[in-house]
Amino acid sequence: MADFLMPTLGADMTAGTLVAWHKKPGDAVRRGEIVADVETDKGTIEVEIFTSGVLEKILVQPGETVPVGTPLATVREEAPAATPSVTATKVSKTVAAAPPAPAFPASVPAAVEAGRLRISPAARELARKLGVDPIGLQGSGRGGAITREDVERAAQPAPSRPLAPPAEDRVARMRKTIAAAMVRSKREIPHYYLHTTIDMSRPLAWTAGQNQHRPLTDRLLYSVLLLKAVALALRKTPELNAVWNGERAQLLPDIHIGMAISLRQGGLVAPALHHTDRQSLDVLMKSMRDLVDRARAGSLRSSELSDPTITVTSLGDQGVEGLFGIINPPQVALVGFGTIVQRPWVVEGQIVPRRVMTATLSGDHRVSDGHRGALFLAEVDRLLQEPESL
Amino acid sequence: MTRDDLRTIVLRHLGDRAPEADLTRLRPDRSFRDQLDLDSVDFLNFLIALNKELGIEVPEQDYPHLVTLNGCLDYLGKRLVK
Repeated sequence: MADFLMPTLGADMTAGTLVAWHKKPGDAVRRGEIVADVETDKGTIEVEIFTSGVLEKILVQPGETVPVGTPLATVREEAPAATPSVTATKVSKTVAAAPPAPAFPASVPAAVEAGRLRISPAARELARKLGVDPIGLQGSGRGGAITREDVERAAQPAPSRPLAPPAEDRVARMRKTIAAAMVRSKREIPHYYLHTTIDMSRPLAWTAGQNQHRPLTDRLLYSVLLLKAVALALRKTPELNAVWNGERAQLLPDIHIGMAISLRQGGLVAPALHHTDRQSLDVLMKSMRDLVDRARAGSLRSSELSDPTITVTSLGDQGVEGLFGIINPPQVALVGFGTIVQRPWVVEGQIVPRRVMTATLSGDHRVSDGHRGALFLAEVDRLLQEPESL
Repeated sequence: MTRDDLRTIVLRHLGDRAPEADLTRLRPDRSFRDQLDLDSVDFLNFLIALNKELGIEVPEQDYPHLVTLNGCLDYLGKRLVK
């Protein structure tokens, strides 16, 4: 028998509220399957289970708030457990006893599983509150997903916007969580900062050339080249892909870049693109688009919030030329990219206009030094000059 | 398809990208990316959604034509006629 625990989905998460179960006692569960929705300060998260078997008993009911690590249910496993107890996700402060990583999808997550309604957690919760049965609703979201607007239309002729859930409360809680993490980071992590300017002419030309022959659904954004270059560069400076466990850095075997996504009502999430270094640009691009869509809809999964090994943030779309970010503990580095601007550039003794971009590294000086950070940024630059190799 | 029909479609897909926004206040002559705080991924997802519904492939060099609501309606309207 194994326990399905309340996961930790961030360094400062201490408790979560069980919002809904997708399974009932007696149902089969498969490793990686989403079995519950949990409300945190980062919004409602779909929580995956990391063991296969049969859900034996539910211990926490919807609406209950319990501390991280509290057993939510028991699972009768199909096979002998590989670890003494199986948790829904790893504890973020240490990875010494981390459970097996979730199975990584080879492509964009599949559409509706048999018998599972395609509805965002926020819409599901709203349907419960408004007494609307979501089964049979016509979904207007991506892939036919039922959105909160669909639920509202079904409930009554209410205005489509703004929405009923206390968004201001959620934003306030999220900001409080972010504030705690950032204060802790500044207090505990001796940051050092590096920046470099990268000539983006070749990667931009390569991307434009690729997109000329691609349909819309297959087009690349240059930002996916940045993510892949960072991931590959981390292979050469693995000390930047680590967590601080309170006493020392623990290097992580896998590279899961947390891609910072701002939430328009306030707040920020940085869900993981799993195994960023191993994925092709095409797969990464589809995963990135899916991740942004689900972050906007409040449909992120627990492993996406708990698994990032480093954070990459870009304010290029907002016109910011450079940023020096605050490391998200227990990570030990953060990479920032600015907007692309045209600047005078020296090429073979001649001054020519070039489209350039600032790349920055915020590093934890307990773990790495400026020299290693500089090698990392140089490698990112080198990789971007060979975009066909990404 | 009338311009109003097209407007409804475009606003619906913009709403999917920015569900919290009040689209009744969207200025049609100003960049909706700025008004709705859409990033490049949101914009691409918006174009893909339009492509799925209208069957219009937008080349990259035409992206600047679709930064405002009026621009979208003008561009898509012409493409639909063709």
